[in-house]
Formats: sequence, structure tokens, C-alpha cells
Amino acid sequence: MAKKKTTKKTTKKTTKKSTKKSTPRGSLVSKKRDQETIGKIRDLATSVAKSGLAQREPRIEIPIRSINNMKYNARKRILEMGSNTQQRELFNVGQARKFMQMLLVSKGCRDLIQAEKTLSLRGMYYMTLHTIEGTSEKTFNEQGESDTILEDLEVTIDGLREELHVFAKKRGTMVGNITVIDNGDEINCRRMGTGGYAIPSICEPNVIQFKDCDADFILHVEKDTVWSRFNEDRFWEKHNCILTEGSGQPPRGVRRLLHRMHKELGIPVYCLLDCDPWGHYIYSVIKQGSINLAFESQRMAIPEAKFIGIRAEDYDRCKLTNDVKIALNERDITRAKQIMDYPWFADKKHWKKEIKTMLGNGFKMEVESLITKDISYVSEVYVPQRLKDGDFLD
Amino acid sequence: MWTCGGFHRKGLERYLVGHTDVPNQMATTTSKKKTARKAAKGRVSAETLAKGQREISVSEFFAKNRHLLGFDNPRKALLTAVKEAVDNALDACEEAGILPEIHVRLLQKDESRFKLTIRDNGPGIVRAQIESIFGKLLYGSKFHRMKMSRGQQGIGISAAGMYGLMTTGKPVHIISKTSRRTPPHDVVLKIDTSKNRAEVVSEKEDPKSDTLFPGGTGTQVVIELEGRYQKGRQSIDEYLEQTAIANPHAQITWVTPTNETIEFPRAVEELPEEAKEIKPHPKGIELGTLIQMLERTESKSLSSFLQDEFSRVGQRKASDLAQRADKLSSKTITPRSRVSQLGHAEAECLYKAIQEASIMAPPTDCLVPIGSRALLAGLLKEVQAEFFAAATRPPTVYRGNPFQMEVAIAFGGNLSSDESSRILRFANRVPLLYQQSACSSFKAVVETSWKNYGLAQPRNSLPVGPLVVLVHMASVWVPFTSESKEAIADYDEIRKEMKLALQECGRKLGTYLRRRKQMKKQSERRGIFERYIGEIANSCHSIAGTDKKKLYDALLKQAERKTKEADQRLDLDGKIVSAKRLEQDEDVIILAERQASIGEDENDGLFGEDMPPTTKRRTTAKKSRSKKKKKKTS
Repeated sequence: MAKKKTTKKTTKKTTKKSTKKSTPRGSLVSKKRDQETIGKIRDLATSVAKSGLAQREPRIEIPIRSINNMKYNARKRILEMGSNTQQRELFNVGQARKFMQMLLVSKGCRDLIQAEKTLSLRGMYYMTLHTIEGTSEKTFNEQGESDTILEDLEVTIDGLREELHVFAKKRGTMVGNITVIDNGDEINCRRMGTGGYAIPSICEPNVIQFKDCDADFILHVEKDTVWSRFNEDRFWEKHNCILTEGSGQPPRGVRRLLHRMHKELGIPVYCLLDCDPWGHYIYSVIKQGSINLAFESQRMAIPEAKFIGIRAEDYDRCKLTNDVKIALNERDITRAKQIMDYPWFADKKHWKKEIKTMLGNGFKMEVESLITKDISYVSEVYVPQRLKDGDFLD
Repeated sequence: MWTCGGFHRKGLERYLVGHTDVPNQMATTTSKKKTARKAAKGRVSAETLAKGQREISVSEFFAKNRHLLGFDNPRKALLTAVKEAVDNALDACEEAGILPEIHVRLLQKDESRFKLTIRDNGPGIVRAQIESIFGKLLYGSKFHRMKMSRGQQGIGISAAGMYGLMTTGKPVHIISKTSRRTPPHDVVLKIDTSKNRAEVVSEKEDPKSDTLFPGGTGTQVVIELEGRYQKGRQSIDEYLEQTAIANPHAQITWVTPTNETIEFPRAVEELPEEAKEIKPHPKGIELGTLIQMLERTESKSLSSFLQDEFSRVGQRKASDLAQRADKLSSKTITPRSRVSQLGHAEAECLYKAIQEASIMAPPTDCLVPIGSRALLAGLLKEVQAEFFAAATRPPTVYRGNPFQMEVAIAFGGNLSSDESSRILRFANRVPLLYQQSACSSFKAVVETSWKNYGLAQPRNSLPVGPLVVLVHMASVWVPFTSESKEAIADYDEIRKEMKLALQECGRKLGTYLRRRKQMKKQSERRGIFERYIGEIANSCHSIAGTDKKKLYDALLKQAERKTKEADQRLDLDGKIVSAKRLEQDEDVIILAERQASIGEDENDGLFGEDMPPTTKRRTTAKKSRSKKKKKKTS
């Protein structure tokens, strides 16, 4: 009896909570938002049709997604998209194809929303892929083409990819002292074995809710290999934290989740990345948002994120050997200089010093280089020491 | 008439000088040495030397210097033999007003021995003339006149016969029929080189050979000779192909040693007009020639000499020349001066007077150009191109000799696009196959800047692209660079005329290429828009419920207006000439069905898959051609 009761209780509890916080399974995006998105898509198509019928040149205004149309909001400490737009015209040889693709993708998304289903980027590519009647030309030659068009569509109708029911390939893993509810399923991230919890592409509140969290901080590492090291050493248990990984440049899902945990649970984020321009840029993206998706910074950037390492000084500090050095090539050097010139690094003396030191060293280092000291040097010595000393770059 | 090679007076003189001087000089120099040695020992006198010195016959001289006649090597020898025979046959037919039908057959007897048969439907040769024409060098009808004719390519058919006799020992076999009623005479001839005379080996009247001449008249020559047959550049095939281009009124059948029959069909049904004979122009002669003319003339007074022997000299001009000469001379010269009284010094004064005076340019009606239409017809049947243009310049004069340049070009189609363009050179309708780079026409083509007309052209070389350039010089006297007569000498006047004609054709080509590019671009543009409009109408219909058909039509209308606007804009820039103007040009032919796609460099690579295949037609065209050949042989 007693047993029965307890099970009843727990089930009751969970159902209560799930009905409270999450929408029922099957609809990842709320109906209301769906209707809004469909309306926006319809407006786009109507404007094209109207100008066509009125013998005016059909054109679509698209906000520009490049560094020229992006500004750093020093107050909010995030990147924001500017107001510059570009015209996409049908009667322009260079743009006609893209114009057509844009309408195809719009239609694809509309159909997807109406069907209340979601598709991956690749799925969207196939959904809109066909041979144009009377020719041998395909609507899309490769997925890359439809991916950019989708981004164009996002900024044009000011809707997010998630609202268009499209998600990217899953990337990124999480483990730690937290329990989340993913589409109604309770997931205890303390009991994820060696594999960890695969962070979904869509991490909006209606899909993922946080149930309980005891963690003190989040440690985000660059790659899967480093993450496995930490997980195997039960780092998150010893230091009471959440351990995430983004497989290089973290996808939107990972960034969104980090942002939400940081904001909603009020825990700091620390990043352990390579000492090279790419690692530095990953940090910059987590912190201020990316140039390409500047319109999403508001929902993704974590201006308070800190950079633990690995740092240029670590070669001497940790007495590493020559073997770990990877020479900087031309591209690395230009990239590093670019990053140094970004306005959001402008007043960060420590960062400028860090990049200068790296350039002065003439080599870069990966986090894995610490393994030359000892297999678990990174998780048992390096990171704990940095955390203890509060020695971060900001 | 069949002739024994058309020498021009000047050419003849050059040969005769060479013939009389060279061996004699050789003899004297070698014998001088001997004399020096032997005289010391007192063994040789001038008299004994004189015994060894004797006249050398023309034939003997040529027998020893056969390279002068184009018989330098076995391959060239074969070509020269064909050339002489075909040129003679064409001249004979034209003079008799018969549309030429020429049959050339080469039979390989063993590795280096060939039997060459050439048959025409000309007027035939009178029995009495056969020996002289085929057996004697320097005998012919074109010899002593100033008239545009083919025979400039050597010494003629007799030389070919002589070469055959020398290399194989076989005499020349001639069958000729002069009228429907008489049976053909069948003559076998041998040339006696020492006497420059033919020897008849056998002779008969042979009614059986009647079947050879269905037209009622004609001549067939069979020569057995040593040679080497090879296809490709400077081959018999190339020579006949080019002859067919420059003589579209001729029908040529060619049976190769491999027993393939290749037909060069007739493209024009009219014979070219007969060229008129003219008297030399005073400015065109040299002092030596003038002296010779003074010696030979039948005129009594200077005035009548000048009027009778030269063109463009009337009574007034004659007295003007006499006056000018008088001023220069110590002896008095009047128009009535007796020609026989004029010495060397007076002749020189007269020569100088001629150079000073302004004399009307020679008449140019003596020239018979191939004509733009006929040139195009010739090119059209032999060259698989898509664009043809021709230009005929008005006649002009260089050094007193009237001449006229014609240029035609063929572009695109199945021509190879990554090689240098090909130049076909002609002098009086005869293809020139050797010494291209020494030729004035080559220089003219190189100097023309083809880049302006949309072709690639490396520095100081021929343009690269699917281009064939035909250059024809018609003149009563074509100046060749050397005795081998394979390249036109580089006179400023000639090169200038060539360039002007080339530029005229080039401009047309440029217009065409620009238009083709533009058309392609426009149709591509229109194509792009049209392709996408359907998709857009579908999407809008699906999303917003717009009427599909209405929207499609509205967008299509816009697309058409857009592309038309672009056309007009280019017109205003003056870059695009109206399409109609090129099509109305009589000297241009465009074959839309041969239009290959524009080269890859012009393709922006956007829609590579939709481009029509570029050069695939070439192979199919070749196949069908070889099939034809096979049918004919079987």
C-alpha cells in the first residue's frame, strides 16, 4: 500500500508540474505564436503578389546580416542588428533565384506550421526541393542555400527559426546537478552516464523547463573530448556544477539553454576554450552574440560569462613542453587582430593583452595540451585552481 | 587551252637569267682555277676550254634544279603535279566557257610510286599541239601576255611529266577529245631533256576512250611518278579543298590512294567573267624591260611606241613624256623621234621621265575577283561554320600593276575554338600552301587587331578561335617572294588593302559576336525570370490565395518589358547595332542551326547544366560525312 501511495504521489506531482509549466506534448510552439508567424508569412506573400499584379517590381526588404549592419550596445553589452536593409528583387538576374527560393521557403514553413510539425534544416531543404517545371534546374542545389534563405526569412519577418518550426541538427551535451523537463519528459542530468544529455535544438520555455537545480555555476567547454574528461572525473559532482559542451562554435540550442539557465537560475557561466582566435571568438559569441545572428543576441548572449582558459600565459605557468605548440598561421594572425579590434573588446585591457601575448608567443594551444601534464590535470588541478583564485578573463 | 605553265614575263626573265648564268658561271669559276693551275704547266688554252662550254637546254637545267619547280621532295612533288594539272584544267575550261568538272585520281603502285590521273571536260587539245604542250618546257598561251590567270605556280604540266619520266622512267599518257564527232587521240610522250622536245612513243585514235568524256570534249593526263602521299597540312586534300573554295563553279572529284571518293560539289552555276588582257602600265616596268620593248617594238616613232605598248598613254601623255625625257637627255628627244635611234642613254632618260610624270592608274577592269557571293558559297560548302562574311575591295594599283583584294571569314560552328585561326591564301584563285609566315597576307592578319572584334589574339600572332580567314589577291601580276611562288611579297599597298578588307570582315564579325552574346544574355535573363515566375505564382497562391494565372501573366508581362528595356539601353550606347542591318548585308551569312554555344569564358557558369552541348556536333558531322564517302565508294 505504502509503496503504491508513494508512486501515486510522485506521478501526481509530476503531472501537476507538467500541466502547470509545460504545454502538452506534440506542440513545441504555442498556437498563438504560430498564428502570428503564419500572419507574417502571409503578409510577405501578399505584398509580393500585390506589386506583381499592379505591374510594380516585386521586392522584399531584408535586414542585412553582416558586420556592417551590426552595432555593439555598450549598455546591454550585447550585439544588436542595425536598421540597414537590402532589397531582394525578382527582376534582377543575380537575385531572381534567391527571390524565388525565399517564397518557396516561406511556403514550406507555412505548411509546416499548419501541420503542427517541426523539421530539421535538412528536412526543410528537402521539403522545398524540386525541379522547376519545364527545366532541369533544381530549386536548391545544396542545403547551404536553403539554410541562408531561412536565416533571411527569419530576419525579414522578424520571427525566429523555432517559430518557423525548423531546428538545426542536435549538437552539444549537458550533465550536472539539474533536472529538466524536455517536452514533458523529466530528465535528471545527474544520471546521464557517459553520454550526457543531448541539448536539443529548440530550447524555448514551452519545450524545456527547469525542475530543480542545485548547481553553483556552469562550466562550458569547447569540445566533446574535454567534456568527457570532466564527466569521467565527476567534476560536476565534486564542484557542484553543470557541465556543457558545444562541439566548437555552440549552436543556437546550446546558447539559448546557457542563456536561460544563467538568467532563470541565476548561476554564472565559465568557459574553458582553446587558446586560439577561434576559441576567443566562441567566447565572444557566448558573451555578446554572433554577428550573423545579431538579431537573437537578446535571447542568447550572456554578457557576464567568464573565460577561464586556456590562456597564453599557461605555457609558462603550467610548464608545458614544446610539443603542445601549434604555430599560428596567416589566417590565425589576421583573425586574432580582427577580434582585438571588435568594439566590444575595445575597453578590455586584459583581453588585448591576452591576444597580444598569444601573437607574441607565435603559437596557439588546445585545452587538450594540458593532458601532457597528467590525464586529469585539467579537471583536477587547472580548473579548480582558476576557480579558487577567481582568475578569469572577462 | 592547256598550256605548259603560265610564266609571266618577269618570271621568265628571272628564270632565263638563272638558267644561262648559273651553270656558265659555275663552269667558268671552276675552270678558272684549273686554268690557273694548268696554264702554269701550259696544258690548257682558251680554245680547249671553249670546247667544254656548250648551250644548256631549258629542260636540262630544270631537270637538274627541280626544286625551283616545286619538286623538292616526294611529298611536294606529288602535290605540285596535281596542282599544275588542276590549274591547267581549270584555265582551259574557263577559257572555253565550260563549267569545269575535274576528276583527280591517285593510285599507289608501291610504297613510293604513284599513278596520277587527271581528267577534265575542257575543250581538249588539238593533236598537233600535244607534243609542244606536254613535251616542251616554256610553251604556252599565257606566256606573252599581261592577263590575270592561274598559271603562275611553276613551269607546268610538262615539268610534272618530266619529273615522272626522271623518277620512274614512264612516259606521259595523254588522251584528248576535241569534238563530239572525232574519236579521242591517245598519245604517249617522252621528253628529251637535251633537246627540250617531245618524242612520241606511241599514238592511236581510240574510240573506246569516248566513255571518259561524256561531255564530248576533254583531256586526260596520266603521269607515273615517285612521291609520298600524306594527309593533313599541305596535302593534296587540302589543296583540292581550297581550290574548291576559291572556285565554287568547279566540280571536283578526288579519289585517294585508299580508294576513298571525296566530292567537292559545285556551288555556283555561273562561270567567272573572262579576264581582259591589258598592256603594261608605264610605271610598272623596269629599265631593262623598257629597253627590250624599245628593241622589239614594231612602232616607228616614240609617240606611237608609247601609245601602242602601254596602257593609259594617249597622244598628249606621250608628248609630255617625250618632253620630260628631252630635258634630261643630252640628245634631243621629240615625240617623233625614231625608236630605232634611241640609245641606252635615251632609254634611261625616258625611264626617269616616266617615274616623274603622273600617269593615270591602269585600268582595273582586267581583274576578275571571285566575288563576295561566290566566295561565301565556296566557304559555305567546305567549312562547317556558323557565320560567314566577305569583303571585296575596289581594285587598286601597286607599282603599275592593278590588283584587287578579297577577304572572307568563317567563324564558329564546328571549327576548333582553342587553336590559332587558319589562313587560306589564294593568288588568282590558286591556293598557296607553303611559306605562310613569309606571306604578306599572314602579316596583314597578324597586324589586324582582332581583339576589337571579340577574339583572343596573343601578341604578334594569329587570332585564336574558331576562325578561318580567306585572303585572295587577284592581279595581272602577283608578286611572289621567290621563284617557288608560295608567298605574296610584302608591298605596302598590298598589305594595306588586305588589312582594310580584313577589318571590314572583322567589324561584321564583331557585330555578330556582340549581338550573339547579347541575345544569349537576354534570352538567359528572360529564361531566368520565366523559370522562377511560375514558382513564385504557385507560392503566393498557396500562402496568400492570390489568383495563380493572373499573377503569372502579370509577372511575365513585366519580365518581357524588363528584358526589352535592357535591349534598348544597349542600343543607345551604340554598342549594339540593329540586328536587321547585319541580316540585310548581302556579304554575310548566318547559320542559326550551327550556332554553338558561346565559349566557356563568356559563360558566367551560373546555369551550366542548361547549356547546349558545345562541340559535340563536330563528331556527328564528321561521321555523316565519312558515311557519305563510303556510300560513294561502294
